[in-house]
Amino acid sequence: MSSWLGTVLWLVGAAFDLVGCIGLVRLPDVYNRLQAGTKCVTLGTCLILLGTALLADCPACSAKAAMCLLFVLVTAPTAAHALARGAKVSGVPLWEGSVVDEWDATVDRGGERS
Amino acid sequence: MKNRITLFAVCLLVWLLLVWPFGKGSAGAPDVLAGVVAAAVTVAVMREISTERADRWLNPVRWFWAAVYLVVLAYYIVRANLDVAYRVLHPAMPIRPGIVRVRTRLKGAGARTLLANSITLTPGTLSVEVTADGEILVHWINVTVTGIERVTERIVGRFEWFISRIAG
Repeated sequence: MSSWLGTVLWLVGAAFDLVGCIGLVRLPDVYNRLQAGTKCVTLGTCLILLGTALLADCPACSAKAAMCLLFVLVTAPTAAHALARGAKVSGVPLWEGSVVDEWDATVDRGGERS
Repeated sequence: MKNRITLFAVCLLVWLLLVWPFGKGSAGAPDVLAGVVAAAVTVAVMREISTERADRWLNPVRWFWAAVYLVVLAYYIVRANLDVAYRVLHPAMPIRPGIVRVRTRLKGAGARTLLANSITLTPGTLSVEVTADGEILVHWINVTVTGIERVTERIVGRFEWFISRIAG
């Protein structure tokens, strides 16, 4: 049962990773690409780790996979945030089809940045 | 002092979980010793930025809400992925991206970090910037509503209640 479920998790995880990569190629600008990069790849990787935790024979391996899962869950969005902020601060423009950009409004208010 | 002891214990616990199992041919006393050294170094290096009350880590009520939150978050993460997958694979790529502002009433740095990271992991939103006065700039792949109140309700509303119980 758990080996069957683990294999399914691997396959679904790999599928999400693939969608993430397609998104990286297809989507128009840095910010949209980061969306695909963080969401699909985070879930894909987490599912693969979860599948590994189920398939592994030793409880210690499962514990390690579970801890890696938590680390990915914390670090992936943090890295995406750092990249997006870095891009915006260095003036990388939004895709021309974007509908709204309230970044400048905040800067003009003189809001102190943390 | 209490903060540092707690931080040390948490670091050591993570280390022990990573080197587990113990016994012949696997982890032994040297590994535990290395863990003690690593945890001590971490506490020394992190001294400046671990000023928030670390003893909150020991509160079981917070852990309970964290476990509940993990399930809620998992639901939104799956939804986020199906949403992004749909937009990416659709031939016409139906996206209406933009950067919007949301406001949070969460005060602590840890709570705001958790919120910003949760926003990034959930449907169509990516935190770009957190300002000192509690506003988060969010890149939204499909802007459907405008106005800070309504956008906040849409993006932040579903997490704030949980996070205020975990890290508030």
